Amino acid sequence: MSPLKQQSKAEAYRHDLRGYQMGFALAAILTIVPFTLVAAGTLSTMAALWVIGVLGLLQIFVHVRFFLHVDLSQEKREELYLMIFSGSLLIVMIAGMLWILFNLYARMM
Amino acid sequence: MSQAMWSAVFGRLNLGSLDFLKGILYPSMNDMILSGAAWLVIVGAVVTLALLTRYRLWGPLWSKWLVSVDHKRIGVMYIAVALVMLLRGTIEGVLMKVQQADGLHGGFLSANHFGQLFSTHGTIMIFFMAMPFLTGLINIVVPLQIGARDVRFPMLNSFSLGLTVAGAMLVMISLVFGEFSTGGWTGYPPYTEASFQPGAGPDYWIWSLALTGLGSTLTGINFVVTILKERAPGMTLMRMPLFTWNAFCTSVLMVFAMPPLTVATMMLAADRYLGFHFFTNALGGNMMNYANLFWLFGHPEVYILILPAFGVFAEVISTFSGKRLYGYHTLVIATMAIGFLSFGVWLHHFFTMGQEANVNAVFGIATMLIGIPTGIKIYDWMATMYLGRIRFSVPMVYSLAFMVLFVIGGLTGIILANPPVDFEVHNTLFLVAHFHNMLIPGTLFGMLAGYTYWFPKVFGFRLNDRWGYAAAFCWIVGFILAFMPLYPLGLMGMTRRTVSYTNPAYQPWLVVAGLGGLIVTLALASMVMQILVSVRDREKTRDIGGDPWNARTLEWATPSPVPAYNFPVIPHIHALDPFAVAKEAGFGYQEPVSYSDIHLPGDTWVGIITAVFGTALGFGLVWYMWWLAILSLAVLAVTLVARGLLGDRHSVTISAAEVRRQYQAWLEEVRTVTPVTRALEWDPRNHGVAANEYFQEAAE
Amino acid sequence: MTVIASTPGMSLVADHAHEHDPAASALSGFWLFMMSDLIIFGLMFATYLTMLKPMSFAGGPTPKDLFDLPGAAMETAALLTSTFTFGMASLAIKYDLGVRRVMFWMVVTLALGLVFLGFEVHEFMHMFAAGAVPQRSGFLSAFFGLVPLHGLHVTAGSIWLVLMLIQIGRTGLTETSKSRIARLALFWHFLDLIWVGIFSVVYLGGLA
Repeated sequence: MSPLKQQSKAEAYRHDLRGYQMGFALAAILTIVPFTLVAAGTLSTMAALWVIGVLGLLQIFVHVRFFLHVDLSQEKREELYLMIFSGSLLIVMIAGMLWILFNLYARMM
Repeated sequence: MSQAMWSAVFGRLNLGSLDFLKGILYPSMNDMILSGAAWLVIVGAVVTLALLTRYRLWGPLWSKWLVSVDHKRIGVMYIAVALVMLLRGTIEGVLMKVQQADGLHGGFLSANHFGQLFSTHGTIMIFFMAMPFLTGLINIVVPLQIGARDVRFPMLNSFSLGLTVAGAMLVMISLVFGEFSTGGWTGYPPYTEASFQPGAGPDYWIWSLALTGLGSTLTGINFVVTILKERAPGMTLMRMPLFTWNAFCTSVLMVFAMPPLTVATMMLAADRYLGFHFFTNALGGNMMNYANLFWLFGHPEVYILILPAFGVFAEVISTFSGKRLYGYHTLVIATMAIGFLSFGVWLHHFFTMGQEANVNAVFGIATMLIGIPTGIKIYDWMATMYLGRIRFSVPMVYSLAFMVLFVIGGLTGIILANPPVDFEVHNTLFLVAHFHNMLIPGTLFGMLAGYTYWFPKVFGFRLNDRWGYAAAFCWIVGFILAFMPLYPLGLMGMTRRTVSYTNPAYQPWLVVAGLGGLIVTLALASMVMQILVSVRDREKTRDIGGDPWNARTLEWATPSPVPAYNFPVIPHIHALDPFAVAKEAGFGYQEPVSYSDIHLPGDTWVGIITAVFGTALGFGLVWYMWWLAILSLAVLAVTLVARGLLGDRHSVTISAAEVRRQYQAWLEEVRTVTPVTRALEWDPRNHGVAANEYFQEAAE
Repeated sequence: MTVIASTPGMSLVADHAHEHDPAASALSGFWLFMMSDLIIFGLMFATYLTMLKPMSFAGGPTPKDLFDLPGAAMETAALLTSTFTFGMASLAIKYDLGVRRVMFWMVVTLALGLVFLGFEVHEFMHMFAAGAVPQRSGFLSAFFGLVPLHGLHVTAGSIWLVLMLIQIGRTGLTETSKSRIARLALFWHFLDLIWVGIFSVVYLGGLA
């Protein structure tokens, strides 16, 4: 392999490695923060749940972007559409289910 | 043998589980029917095995069919399972009709027997008749319509078939050993919990569904990838035939709708086997969650059942009107809309469960919205027929009956979508009439139309028309008589799933319904006759040219029956309805510029091993024969891992010279066939080549 | 590029440029399978959420009685690190860093996965000893439906890792094995993704 190609290959490797390291670091932060908050017990339950929820969702996005490599590029378009489609179905199913069952619980308990 | 040793080997099987003894021990009409069914299964199995041995068919059965990964063979096997289960499911339905016609003073069936009947009837018709039928049609047709050589994952295809066969075997075995569930095809707890039905019944139901459900999920994945990745060059998504579009949406639904069923049934299994409390009465179970989870599956499931039928009708109506399909783009969008919306309406199956009116209203409105894209489809098909030159072939007769009868059923669906109205008619015969009105003129007629339409492509000869019309007539009249009376009965308040009743006002209607059931039996008999006569007369109706109906889509541009590799050369596609366009320009039977070697996947034992050991696994789990369950699971795991590590060791290569030889021999044969005009479509002179006269397009 | 005959509608011209990529479509199929699995987990999560009620506790243990942060934190650390180490294995494959490097990272991933499972089993044993069994209440059934389901998936992933190690140990990094490891990578990353949901909803949510 020519020195030029070797160099760009090494660069590409470092770029990819940086991606995984970034993902790991972000995920670690997004994990440590809610854990410490709950351990310390400083927030009210409602506030804590909101923080946990938002940070959890953010971490899922981090996983999808840095570990599953699904971004807005053309090559990843199919996976993106699939995740959006599955995600919307999941939201309809879960939100619908929770609405129904909590409504039933409220009326029957 | 001590009790402990007996349970270790035979689980909870005992003499009382042997159904074929019941009629001898308790000679009542009810028990004689129960035993009779058991004997039918035993004798049927023995006779089948004997015939196979007598006519030395084991060899070809094994090498040509059971180990095949060819999508066309797998499709035929799916349809064979479906037709056999149609026989059993219909007989069960007719038996229930006769019981209810006689039910004013009790009838002749016990309540328990009736409970098993409506449970097996629903389970069989949905999971082991309709699903295999549509899966079979999709298997045969879609790769041909998109110009592919096979599905993307042929071995997985065989595995899925094995799983469905295993589920079907389990349901058949339940006639011989023990009882089936009396909890309906929906299996609602707590009635299906161990505290109310500790026996084998609900377990048969759970495991047969688990097996076939996994098969359907994998089939869905197989077809989504096939349709997205295996299309011939030039076949863009918007040049795919409508049957393929409907198959695509069906497959997406399979991937996303089967998981809720898995969750619901596995939770029920955990309750029954491990003492969990997902749905129990005591200790914090929530049985309302079951209805929610089941119908999250159940509603998209009914769209899985209907969309392929819509696809068949689109093809059939366009072909037998001699016209391009009207409103292709709208039809595609309508199909996708139906698919997506089908996930948002599931609560309409339990409006009466107790949630507040606002919740009901939202889902009621969503349900009514689905009527819109469906209506659009009906209008588009009518517009396709308008100013076309219509031929009343058997598939067309089914399509016309569908258009009238399905719309009636759809309208009753809109009635049911209104929560206050549903409170009156929920779980009455009105509901039963509605869903049979959708499933029979919709799904069943679609499957039978597709069966008749594509039969010559698969087997190389046409089905007998006379018996085809007889069957269609009997199905149509039989359905109308059997189910239309159920609407007024439901409005009068007769509940569903009742073995007997005391209100004499119901009886006249039920007698008419019983008569309808008997006519449906005649329809079945006609179908059997049709196969026998068609096989006997197959030389007279041979399809040599591959195009008996002067159709428009790519699958008709092949010999009949289709060779294993489908196309000698993968075609380049330049238009929608490519075959019709080519024929009009005089290029119906083209000669490839050059040939190349064709590589096909090899045979596999995975499917047959799955069928055998999947059945054994289910049986072991039902009867608590843990050694059998573990052994079967181990065999299945080893088979799949071995296949993974060893790969496909028997792949086949067909040389370019051989492909050329076969194809040119076919073209030679085609040259000897006289093309026929539309008027001679039913004539024995139709050997599959369409005359130029056909191509006068009517005003669009 | 060969000239494609322009017979109307369709033409039978062999086009060798039309190649199918078996690895890409195998990966697509696996993505779909993962999506169906995601629905299963989503519904298990939702069921769990509906069973955080006094009725479902049935007088038995509640989240606050059962869960402890240190255990969940160890499990999270193990699984998150394992997802990173699998990423290292994927990089080693992509940049041809040699079979030994790939196998090293896969073994580390497997070890971390087994550590996760070890902690989880230990936690369950502890719960059983305290009488917190799934047969005790609807809430516990929902917990033991969701979390061991994930644990079973981790177990399956670990078995698959072993099988892949055996395969590439014997035949090296062929196109087939690389394609399979790509699917396993997808599976393994999803394992951690679902775990994010579990520690957030079950453990942190329960103790907040």
